[in-house]
Order: sequence, then C-alpha cells, then structure tokens
Amino acid sequence: MALLETFHLTKRFGGLVALRDVDLVVQERAIHSVIGPNGAGKTTLFNCITGFLVPDAGDIRFSGTSITGLRPDLVARLGIARTYQNIRLFRHLSVLDNVLIGLHPHINYSLLDAILRTSRYRRAERTAEREARELLAFVGLTGKEFFTAVNLPYGDQRRLEIARALALRPKLLLLDEPTAGMNPHETEEMIRLIRRLRDERGITILLIEHDMKVVMNISDVVTVLDFGEKIAEGTPEEVRRNPRVIEAYLGRGAASGLGPSTLPLPGEA
Amino acid sequence: MTIAAPHRFTGGRRIDISQLIVWTIGGILLAIVLLGSILTLRAGHYTAAQWRDFVVFGIAQGAIYALIALGYTMVYGVLRMINFAHGEVFMSGAMTTFFLADYLNRSGFLKAHPWISLVAMLLFSGLVSMTVAVLVERIAYRPLRGAPRLVPLITAVGASFFLQYTFRGLFGSGVRAYPAIPVLQGKLWVFQKTQIAVFVGVLITLALLVLFLQRTRAGLAIRAVAEDREAAALMGVDVDRAIVTTFAVGGFMAGIAGVLYALVFVQVQFFMGFLPGIKAFTAAVLGGIGNLPGAAVGGLVLGVIESIGPSLFFDGYGIRAAHQLKDVIAFTILVLILIFRPTGLLGERLGGEERV
Amino acid sequence: MIVHAARRAIFIGLVAGIAGWHLSLVGLIPAFAQRRLVGDALTFSYALLVALLALAAYATGRRYPGAVQRIPWGILSALLSSLMLFLLALLVTHLNLRQILLNATPELARVLTFGGGASGAGLVRLLLIGLLAGLFAGGLSALPRPWGRVIVSAALMTLLLGLLRDVLGPLLPQVVTSFLYGTAGLSLAGALVTFLLAAVLFTLRWSLRAKAVTARATAAVPATLRQPVTQALLLLILASVPLWAGLFLSNVADFVGFYILMGLGLNLVLGFAGLLDLGYVAFFAVGAYTMAVLTSPEVGQRFTLDFWIALPIAIVTTVLAGLLVGLPVLRMRGDYLAIATLGFGEIVRLLVLSDWLKPYLGGAQGVTRIGRPSIASWRIDSPQEFYLLVLLSCLFAWFLSVRLRDSRLGRSWFAIREDEHVAQAMGINRVTAKLSAFAIGASFGGLSGALFASLVGSVVPASFSLLVSINVVAVLVLGGMGSLPGVVVGALALVGLPELLREFQEYRLLVYGIVLIAMMLFRPAGLLPERIHRRELEEAVEEAREIAPAEIATGRG
Repeated sequence: MALLETFHLTKRFGGLVALRDVDLVVQERAIHSVIGPNGAGKTTLFNCITGFLVPDAGDIRFSGTSITGLRPDLVARLGIARTYQNIRLFRHLSVLDNVLIGLHPHINYSLLDAILRTSRYRRAERTAEREARELLAFVGLTGKEFFTAVNLPYGDQRRLEIARALALRPKLLLLDEPTAGMNPHETEEMIRLIRRLRDERGITILLIEHDMKVVMNISDVVTVLDFGEKIAEGTPEEVRRNPRVIEAYLGRGAASGLGPSTLPLPGEA
Repeated sequence: MTIAAPHRFTGGRRIDISQLIVWTIGGILLAIVLLGSILTLRAGHYTAAQWRDFVVFGIAQGAIYALIALGYTMVYGVLRMINFAHGEVFMSGAMTTFFLADYLNRSGFLKAHPWISLVAMLLFSGLVSMTVAVLVERIAYRPLRGAPRLVPLITAVGASFFLQYTFRGLFGSGVRAYPAIPVLQGKLWVFQKTQIAVFVGVLITLALLVLFLQRTRAGLAIRAVAEDREAAALMGVDVDRAIVTTFAVGGFMAGIAGVLYALVFVQVQFFMGFLPGIKAFTAAVLGGIGNLPGAAVGGLVLGVIESIGPSLFFDGYGIRAAHQLKDVIAFTILVLILIFRPTGLLGERLGGEERV
Repeated sequence: MIVHAARRAIFIGLVAGIAGWHLSLVGLIPAFAQRRLVGDALTFSYALLVALLALAAYATGRRYPGAVQRIPWGILSALLSSLMLFLLALLVTHLNLRQILLNATPELARVLTFGGGASGAGLVRLLLIGLLAGLFAGGLSALPRPWGRVIVSAALMTLLLGLLRDVLGPLLPQVVTSFLYGTAGLSLAGALVTFLLAAVLFTLRWSLRAKAVTARATAAVPATLRQPVTQALLLLILASVPLWAGLFLSNVADFVGFYILMGLGLNLVLGFAGLLDLGYVAFFAVGAYTMAVLTSPEVGQRFTLDFWIALPIAIVTTVLAGLLVGLPVLRMRGDYLAIATLGFGEIVRLLVLSDWLKPYLGGAQGVTRIGRPSIASWRIDSPQEFYLLVLLSCLFAWFLSVRLRDSRLGRSWFAIREDEHVAQAMGINRVTAKLSAFAIGASFGGLSGALFASLVGSVVPASFSLLVSINVVAVLVLGGMGSLPGVVVGALALVGLPELLREFQEYRLLVYGIVLIAMMLFRPAGLLPERIHRRELEEAVEEAREIAPAEIATGRG
C-alpha cells in the first residue's frame, strides 16, 4: 500500500523550475531512494513533503489524505520525520534533550502541570526520558546522554539526528544523505541501521543518497530526478541500465569512460 | 547589489489566525491614516505653500537619511548584518567636525573662504566617521564573523552605546551649535540655501559612490562579495579588505551626512545619532535592504512622509500638538515595513531569510 | 621568533596604552581619584591603571609556556603602556586641550603619573609601577593552576570591600568597622586580613568544587546550593535585608530587584527562546502606567483602585501587550526582530510623552500619587517594607522560570533558539512557542513596572527610555544568557554597584557598551554560564522513590 504519493508536484523559484510534474509513490515499509545530479530538486522535494515549501501545483498525500500546504509542525505530528544533509542538531543542548525535543508532540501535560510538578508531569517526563534513552540505545549512543550535541564525533551526530527523528514516532522517515562524509566502515554501520529502522520498527524510508553503493545496496525502489523532472524509476537494477539515467549523469561531463555498473555522480567528485 | 535567496519561504496558501490579526491591525491603521488625511484636506488649515514647504523640508531631510541609509545597505549587502552602530558613526563625524567649524569660524577663515571651509569640513567629518566605522568593524565585528547571528548583533548594540558615551565623555553632554555659514543664509526661490547645499552635497556624493562602485577595483570587489562571498573569495578577491572598504565608504558618507545635517539643524550632541540612525535604517529597509538606489529612494520617501505626516494624518482629528507624533510615524513605518514587506517597496529579495 | 614576540608585545602594549588614553579622556579614570580603596595611597583610579598595565602584561604573556618568556615580554608590554600614559600626561600638561576635551586637565596628568606629575619623577613612578605590574601578572600566570585565580579573586574581593566602605561601614559591628576601615578605604591591616581571609575562602571553594566536579559532571547549580539547609539559610539572609540595611540600601535592593525581575522576564525571551527584544522596556512601561492610571486620582476617569486589584490588571495588560508585540514579529529573523521591538518600545514611550494622550497618561509630567499596597491595616510604604514584596516577586519569577525551563515548553524554546527550522520539523508550533515566551516574559516586566510605579509613587516617560532595555540586555549578557543565577549576578553588578558608587553613574552606559562587546568577544556564555542542564528527572525519580507519598501530595497541592 502506498504511504506517500505526490501528484504532478511542481515548485518554481522565480524562473527556475525546481520540480516539474513529479509523481512519486512510496510504498509502505519500502526503502525508497531518490537520486539525481546536484540541483536536480531532491532537497526541494523533501522540503515540499515536510511542509517547509508550498508547492505551486500538485498534491501530496500521506496515508491517503492530502497534506499539501500543511504547516511543517503539523506534518511532523502526522508522522513524517527528517534528517538533514548538513547535520542540523540542537548544537548546544545535551544529547538527551535533543531526543526529548523530538518527543515533544507525544508528551502531554498542561503548563499548570509543569509549574506545579504534578504526578502527571512526573509520569510524562519519566516515560519520555525512558523512551529517549531507548532510542539512544537503538542507535548506539548509550552513555552519551549528557554530552553536548556539538561535541559528539561526526558519526555519532548523524546517529543522534536519526534518534531525534525517531522520537517523533514517524511512519515515514526522510533521510537526506545519511552517509555523506562517512568512511566505509561508518557507512556500513549506517546501512545496517537504516535496514533495522525498517525491519525492526516498520518505518518507511525515503532516502536521498549520492553514494551509489549505498543506493544499490539497500533500495527497494530508486527514483531518478534530473532538472526537477522524474526521468526514471524502478529497482536498482532497472535504473542502473536505464539509458536516460546514464545520459543524465554522463552528459554533464561529470566523469567519462565509466560503465553503467559504476554510475558516477558529481557529488562524489 | 541584490541578494539572491534561492529557497525562499513562499507562505503561499497558508493563512493562520495570527496573520489574520496582524493584517486586521494593519488595515485599521491604514483606515485611520486615510480618514485623517481626508479630514485634514477638507478642513483646509494649510495653504498650498505650506504643503510645499513641508515637502521641500522632507526632501532635504530625506536626502540626509538616504546618505546614512547607504551605509546600512552596503554593510548589509556584504555582511548580511545590520550595523547597529552606524547612527553613531554619523554622530562622531558631526560632533568632531564642530570643533573644526568652530575654529574656522573664530579664525575668520569661514567668512573669507566659505566654500573651502565647507569642503574641508565635509572631508574632515567623512574621515573621522570613516575611521570610527573601520575601527568598529575591526574590533566589534570582524573577530565574530561566523558566530551565531545574535552575537554580532549584541556587540553592535554595545558599540553603539560605547561610541555615544565615549563622545559624551570626551566632549561633554551639552548641545553645540555649528556656526552659520554666511553664503548659505536666506532663501533662493522656495528653498532655503542650506537645503540646496544638502541636495547638491548628496547628489555629488551619490555620483562619486556610483563611480567608485562601477569603475574601481575596490568597488568591483565589494560588488563581488555582496553577490556571493565564497565565490568572490575563490576568485581571489580579498574579502576582508572588501568588507573594510565597505565600512570605510559607508562611514565616509555618514560623516558627510553629519555635516549636512548640522547645516540644516545647526545643533549637535552625543545622542544625535540615534534617531537619524533608526530612520535611515527604516529608509534602507523601505527601499529594500541591500539595494543601493532603494536606499536613496527610501530616504526621500521617509523624509517626506515624516514631514507632511503629522499635519496630514492627524490634524483632521484635532489632535493636540500633532508634530510630537512625527517620530511615532517614523517608528510605525519601521515596524509596519518589517512586518508587511521586509523586502522593501522596490521588491528586492531579502537575503539571508531563513533558508530551507 | 623573537621579532614576532617583540611585535606582539609592542602591539598589545600600544593597544593597552590607547585603552588607557580612552578611559582617561572620557573621564572614567580621573572620576575615581577621590575614591580611596586601601589606606590613603591606593585610589580606585590607580587600581584601574595598575589593572590595565597588568592586563597588558598578562595578555602578552599568556601565549608562552614558561615564566622565562612570559615575564619579560609581559613587562615590555606593561612598560610600553606606561610610556603611553606618560605621553598623555605630558600632552595634557603642556597643551591646552580643555576647550575640546573636557577631561584633559592637569588633574588627569597627576592621576596618570600616580601623583608624580608630568616630570622625571612621574616618569620613574609610572615605569616602576609598569615593571611591577608586569612582574606581578607574569608571576601570577606562571603559578600552578588554582593559585593565580585565587590571588586575583582575593585581590578583587579586597578592592570591592574597600570600594564599598561607605555602604558596609555603617552595617558592620563597630569593632569590625573600626578595624577594617581607616579614614578612607580599608586600613592596611584590614586590607591584609581581608585579602588573606578571601584567599582562604576561595581556596576552600575551589577544592570543594574540584571534588564536586568529579562527583557530578554537570549539575545546574553548585551542589552546596541545592541542599535545603543552604537554601533556607540564603532565603533567611535575603529576607532579613530590611532589618539591617538602611533606607538607602533597601532602595538600591529594590531597584536591583526590579532589574532581576525584568532580567528573568527577558531571559525567557532572549535566553531561552533566543529572540533579541530591544523594546523590553515597553512591558515595564505598560505595567507601570497601568498601575499609575488605575490607582492615581490624577488621570483618566478619576477613580482609583486598590493596589491589589490593580496589580493583576497590570499584569494581564502586559501579557496582552506581549501578545500584541509578539504576533507581528513571529516571522522575523534576529536582527529585524531586534529593530522592530525597539520600534515598539519607542512608540510606547513617544505616545506616553505626547500631549495627545496627556489627559489619560499625564504627558511629559507623568503621573504622581500612585497607590501603595496595604495588607489589612499595614500600609507597605517604605523601601524596606517594599523590599519584601519585591523579593517575593523575584522568588516567584525564579520559581516559574525553573519550572518552565524543565517543561516541554522550555524545551521547545530551546529548540527554537537553536534552530527554528528544525524545531518546526520536530512538531513544535513556533507560533505557540514564541508567543508564550513573549507573553510570560512580558508579564515579569509588567510586574516589575507595577511595583516600580507603586514604590516610587510617580511615573514619568523619561524612566522608560531605550536605555532600560539595553540595561536589561547587558544584565543578561554579563551573567550569561539563559542562566538564572547569571541574571542575579548581572543585576547586582550592573545595577547595584553603580547605584552604590555615585561617580559611576555618569559612565554606566559606557561600561554597558564595553560589557556587551567584551563579553561577546571573550566570554559569550557569560560569567555564570547556563550549564547544559542535565535532566533533573533522574534525581527527581530517585527522590520520588524514597519519599513518594509526600512528594506527590505537594505536587497536587
């Protein structure tokens, strides 16, 4: 069943068309990758889905209901979480607080409860902290709860960003280049983590990724964008063989002499 | 010098209650102003000549705002920050030059060679303001480049008060009166001669600025940094130097504005930078911050509105001492423009808006 | 290498010299020439000059690893600064600059040369003191870890005690006063004892804290403060202020309290939510004027309300004002927000000042005969009695700040401060979060204003200028944005101290400017930084387990 669908999604910035008539169907419990050269409109797509940009035309549906033009915080509450290409943590807060902020929509008590520290406040905070710790354990950050986020090593920061996104209890998780800047070992771990997200938690993953090894390795479906248009879609195998895709990449002169099996991408250069 | 913002929040179809309330308040204010204007015009308290004088005065004042506004807008262009201390840069030139003017006056040179004296005063004031602007950049802004936005903003506020009270400490808190320049006394047709001097001074300065930005390497570097700092750095532009030059040029113009201001208003004191500073900032935003012609237009528009506003908007209601509300009008314009059209009247795009 | 080191030493020496010129010519240094700190010799002016020289030496020396390099380069800097000071003394003596520079007086020359005058004797004195200051600074920085800091802290403490002679003298028991203080400032023996005592105390504190740090890596408040005994003791001391402090001191304490209240309020907006509000004075004004209009017979409808009825109305009005300011600025970025709020603050002041609203708000003359509170037959009238009201309000604001900070609302503020975009992506409604910060923050300001109006008995527009807003921002910046103890320290230092030192009044805003710049350059987190505040829940849960029934009962009550 489709969890997320977009119909004829179009977004312009002045004269520049960032997305043109993009139709996308993300199946539930799929790992779905979006690839394309720089400036292909991938991040714009994410911003439209999460409500930070209002598309100029088209519709976005989540679990069958339209979320087009909905405020970002409401989109988040429906169960769409995201991470960022250039990690965006709450840098000066503790690791635990980062995750607790993610739990914000799921903590229920009134202002008066907080001021009087009622049992309801205590219970809610206790439950929240337990859940936050579980999430940190899930991504492997146990023992670092009280580090300042900015002081974590790079790989841990990526993991914390995912833990924070998980705190929203999302149905759909949008990952923007989760392995960017990682060494092969860290990348391996990240791939394993992404698989576990789907397998153990049943979360649908929509992924922007430049590292083709990662894409080919874990994707169920790959969508290729170029100049804001969808030029191909299918299994990793199908996409790799698609002549339009090869043209889109090679036609730019990003690299030459490389066969389709080692699809080169400008982001790696 | 415009700033491109590739991903600008469009807001499109989203209207929430808070927006609605804000728009309602805006609408009510507009209605009050319109009604007041109609009432005033129908009452006919003022003659056409009086309105003309208001406009002429407004243009003179607006021209001065425009000169100061250019400093705000240029610094915003290259650094994407508001140089909060710019009003004090303006003040420091005007305050310091008082002593030169006073000396020239007492030695009789001012009477003998009024034009040379005037040019000397303008240059001196420009140089003082320029030095102050460059020092402020060097001490309060440059070490903090790359820090969170809030940080340079706070040092800017600090620099502003530091300068005010430094000048107060150096020269005292009293009001000083510039000597009258003989050749600029009296009227020429409907204009005061000082007003003409202001127009001419501002026009010449603007022309020089345009020449500087278009024809010199330093000007080119400034434009390149304003366009895209990183790209400029990659192309071998010395970014630090371009930024200092921007502060220097902006400061120089503020210094010139300081003497022109003193020609019209005669009196100077340590606190004089605050209101013109805020108003020039309003002018810069009005014209679209980062946009040079916009700053000039914004200055004139603000000057004129401020000059005719109290009489036009409020007189019809029979409000006592409406002229006291002159600054209220300026501040209200400031707040309204920031709320409803932060990109300015000329519709330039605002850089650094929350990016996605 | 040596050339580089020499250039650095010369540069810093020159910079310190220029700073000395600046502070002299604006009048800050000569202003304190009569303020004796220790004995007859050490005036506050001299202390400032020595501190400047020592600072130059320290700044030069700190780059180098060992005393062998630190001390000589430090001394070079200090000597250079001394020479600059002497040059200024020469200029001031031989050129008549007073027509332009108010403070270029012969008196300045005497102060600059430590009484020696612009002659050979003065030069020798200055150089000698430069040498000693350089030696002192270099030697201190060469000492092992805690000692340098302990000595500097103890020295500062001693100077502070000398500075506050006029205030503390009458308060302390006769025996202590006559031992500590001479005819002016501390007596030599008093200074020595103070210094030693302070040194012992700081050493103790340091070793205690060293232990505490290893025990608990990140506690929000020093461990000792959290113990109920200490808290109760602190409260007792605070509550007893009216008993031992006189009229003047109580008045000062009240004003510090007003600024603490405003500081706590702005802290919610600026410290927690990261929104720079430069028009915070507007809320202070709205609170004060609401109180004035409602309780004074002079303006408006000529009816008067009781203080206790007017107070909640004033607070509600300020909350509304907070919403009114908050709504339109919701979408603005940092610098635009600052200017827009500044605009609001000025609009409020100008309207209050105008003749147009004079029948309602009193115009430039303001409103007098504002009501005072009374409880049953006890009329709260004097600053001493008022102090209790102010203290209570501050404690309440503090309590509320802590509770809000530890709630989901507090976390949403932090999130907005750190990254507004991501906060929204985490399901936080920025409208609610920002408006609540503005509204609650405003209410503290309104409370402060209402109390202020009632204590002073009159309000005039001049009390509500932009300078108040800047003052509150400076208080926050000095103490540390987001830090609650920081607000108190900031208010004591920036409001309390200037009130006590009348020479200082003139230079208050100059110093605020320096504080804002210097703190951002050298210590942006403030004197008492907000610690990454550990979730106290962990401890709370443990407590709850031990004394569960009682805790829950109080929680419900």
